[in-house]
Amino acid sequence: MHQLLRDRVNDFAFKLANVNGTGSASANGLIMQAIFRMGIPVSGKNLFPSNIQGLPTWYEIRVNREGHTARALEYDLMVAMNAQTYARDVKEVRSGGFLLYDSSWPLDSHLIRDDVNYVGVPLARMCGEHFQDSRERILMKNIAYAGSLVALLDIDMHLIEQLLEEKFSAKPSLRESNHKSVMIGYEYAKKHFDCPLPFHLAKMDGNQGKILIDGNTATALGAVYAGATVAAWYPITPATSVMDAFTRFCAKYRRDKETGANNYCIIQAEDELAAIGMVIGASWNGARAFTSTSGPGVSLMNELLGLAYYAEIPAVLVDVQRVGPSTGMPTRTQQGDLMECAYASHGDTKHILLIPADPAECFDFAVKSFDLAEKFQTPVIMLSDLDIGMNDWVVDKMAWDDSYVPDRGRVLTAEQLEQMPKYFRYSPEDENHVAARTLPGVHQKGAFFIRGSGHNKLGGYTEIPDEYQEVIGRLARKHKASAKFVPAPVIERREGAGFGVITTGGCDRAVREAMQLLANRGINANYMRIRGFPFDDPVVDFIEEHPFCFVVEQNRDAQLKSLLLLETPVAKNKLRSICVYGGFPLSANSVVDRILSQVEAK
Amino acid sequence: MPSIAKPVAKHPSLQRNKLDLTIRDYEGAMSTLCAGCGHDSITAAIVKALWKMSIEPHRIAKLSGIGCSSKTPTYFVNGAHGFNSAHGRMPSIAAGASAANRDLVYIGVSGDGDSLSIGLGQLCHAIRRNVKMVYVIENNGVYGLTKGQFSASTDIGSTSKKGDPNRMPPIDPVTMALSIGATFVARSFSGDKDQLVPVLEAAVAHRGFALIDVISPCVTFNDHKGSTKSYLASRQSMVRPIETDFVPPAEEILAQIGTNGVTSVTMHDGSVLRFTAVPKDYDPTDRGKVSAYLRERAAAGEVVTGLLYVDESQPDMHEMSQTVATPLVNVPYSKLCPGSGALSKLLDQFR
Repeated sequence: MHQLLRDRVNDFAFKLANVNGTGSASANGLIMQAIFRMGIPVSGKNLFPSNIQGLPTWYEIRVNREGHTARALEYDLMVAMNAQTYARDVKEVRSGGFLLYDSSWPLDSHLIRDDVNYVGVPLARMCGEHFQDSRERILMKNIAYAGSLVALLDIDMHLIEQLLEEKFSAKPSLRESNHKSVMIGYEYAKKHFDCPLPFHLAKMDGNQGKILIDGNTATALGAVYAGATVAAWYPITPATSVMDAFTRFCAKYRRDKETGANNYCIIQAEDELAAIGMVIGASWNGARAFTSTSGPGVSLMNELLGLAYYAEIPAVLVDVQRVGPSTGMPTRTQQGDLMECAYASHGDTKHILLIPADPAECFDFAVKSFDLAEKFQTPVIMLSDLDIGMNDWVVDKMAWDDSYVPDRGRVLTAEQLEQMPKYFRYSPEDENHVAARTLPGVHQKGAFFIRGSGHNKLGGYTEIPDEYQEVIGRLARKHKASAKFVPAPVIERREGAGFGVITTGGCDRAVREAMQLLANRGINANYMRIRGFPFDDPVVDFIEEHPFCFVVEQNRDAQLKSLLLLETPVAKNKLRSICVYGGFPLSANSVVDRILSQVEAK
Repeated sequence: MPSIAKPVAKHPSLQRNKLDLTIRDYEGAMSTLCAGCGHDSITAAIVKALWKMSIEPHRIAKLSGIGCSSKTPTYFVNGAHGFNSAHGRMPSIAAGASAANRDLVYIGVSGDGDSLSIGLGQLCHAIRRNVKMVYVIENNGVYGLTKGQFSASTDIGSTSKKGDPNRMPPIDPVTMALSIGATFVARSFSGDKDQLVPVLEAAVAHRGFALIDVISPCVTFNDHKGSTKSYLASRQSMVRPIETDFVPPAEEILAQIGTNGVTSVTMHDGSVLRFTAVPKDYDPTDRGKVSAYLRERAAAGEVVTGLLYVDESQPDMHEMSQTVATPLVNVPYSKLCPGSGALSKLLDQFR
């Protein structure tokens, strides 16, 4: 046994190679959830294809007692359940690691590595003996390998039983067959192998006050708590589950108790052009409205985002980013929409961006998006991504402050209008360069004609240069004023830091782990995670205080770096790019390697 | 027609509606369209219909896309909120607005370019959704603001001002709407206010989406010999075999009921459409018969006008969505936020 693998309690990673559409997700989720309940920091990354059934899909689980849960690149154990990908899966096991395979059939000799330990469990054969139905045989094979993992990794069997009990409380027969399969795999592993493996799990107390949740669910919950009543959307991976969750939560919390009628209206639009149009129409009328989409949808929404920006209508858009350009890789993650969203639409346009790093921030920022959209009467785009949105993350349980009052911004009431001699839409402006708006149906004095065509500060049509510039200039000042209200950057300093590392969104955990790994080698750096656009002074100050900063992001063109150079006075040679953009969640190692290639270890 | 400036003063003899408002209270800014434009006549009909129905001006929301037609909402009901949106996107803006506040009266004005080319998709889906609104297509068969290109409603053989004939078949909004389940379909002529005003009233009273295709000649780019949508050609091809009166809810129906086909339809709000004349065997509630009749007359070179089809039995977008009766904008936040206790309880399941 390699020394490397000893004492690896609660610090290892394993990967499960499956065929999609065979029910492996529930087996993998079961394992992940049981580990979470054992109190061990854990992450699960679903690396899935853009397909319904039959293509390779992987699930990676990393446990780390220190709490580092970014994606690992080395696997101590491979659960190889897909014959199509055996060859490459075998290659990915770290030297001295283990490979669990279905030994109902012999393994080809070319798949045998002498530095890997093979654990053969005849899953198909055993399930064939115990189950009659062919579909059930396939599904239960996955649950059976989960059973073997329970034995091999020392997962608490009591927790597995509890989870099956909860999941199938309404379907006793399913609970029965799942339990049976778990036991088949468990008992075989116990009987034939030394259990547990040298790396394994042990209960700890690392998940106190934490939950396991995906970002899209948290985003939807944020929209419910913010008081969004109108949602319009067009199905798109990886954003669809935002609306699925919003629909579910609305059905649960927003049905009128007496009449059963809905205190919400969710519209599945004909396309993203219409989805954003509906959001703008609803917001114009005074509802909190939002849409969720991904890059291709944002491309289509560009047109009307410009209208909302220029006419000053609030709108909330959640962009769960995937890999572009074009259709790109719909089931893979990236931060490639930063530039597009910052300046979406033709002409001079700039938008407010909020960039959460995990599901807990998705919840908070979703609420914040509505407040800022109404306060500044403009579109707000929340940039999540597939990794945050669709994977389960361990985060602090979110709390709600019941004293929260939605910031509806400057909206005139009928009484206020009644007392005004005359109302004009775009003046006078307040200290944030925002003018009061009126809602249709409230009072005749508030009526005016809103338009995407040239208008002056009174709201009237204009083609006069000075009048046009007066309004468009104020919009730039308004955008700038919003910098003080977007979430401030998170800054973490280290003693003796020689440079800075800047990142954003879902890169957070990998970059922070990388900085710990670098610190272990004597390389110290300060950390800044940008959470909003436009940038406020602390962002500039951080860059200025360092001789140089790395900017770590998941896109080819260094979009965050470009945005920093465009929107702040910092010198170009201050920023160095680290771009990792192949489509999988970021891992600490890829950041460490790139920094080490440019910075001398002490 | 407000293409000439009128004095602000109101003549004391002007008739007043139930809100004690005169027709002048439903007018808008002065039109900037070409003198003689059909659209101005439609504006005048809208003014009259809304005045007759005594709708509070600020309870009206006017929406449009882009084009000559889409400029017109500025020319009626100054006291109403208006939204001049983007080209072809008005249906989605209106659907969203309606989702947020189901109590306003939505008047959408569009053109053949806005509705049948760039916005065809949105129009179709607003019809399918049965958004409760009046949707007027001011149809002149030509792009005006960009100076005379053919539109999707230009007939085969109709010529441009330069004399080039159009060779592509037109999209007829009426037959298209009927084919995808529209619940209120009418066609009229901008010059026929007698017909247009009651059709507009009926459209406002309709339970869902009311499509009115109004042939509206463009005096500048499409009123020449060779155009099938000139004033002259329109007057020659148009027939009005279907006559309808609109009787508001409170009024007693005094006139004799006719004998041909279906002669009256009770609207969702209690008002009644009284068909005083329909062709033999014509039933304005029978989608198949209406389509067949229109096809037959079109083959004979006739453009049939009138309130062609109505179906009050279909639920609108809100009914389908089972939304509360209170407009969503008026639902207090306390009813929308489940509170800290519910969040804590819910999140305990995420373990």
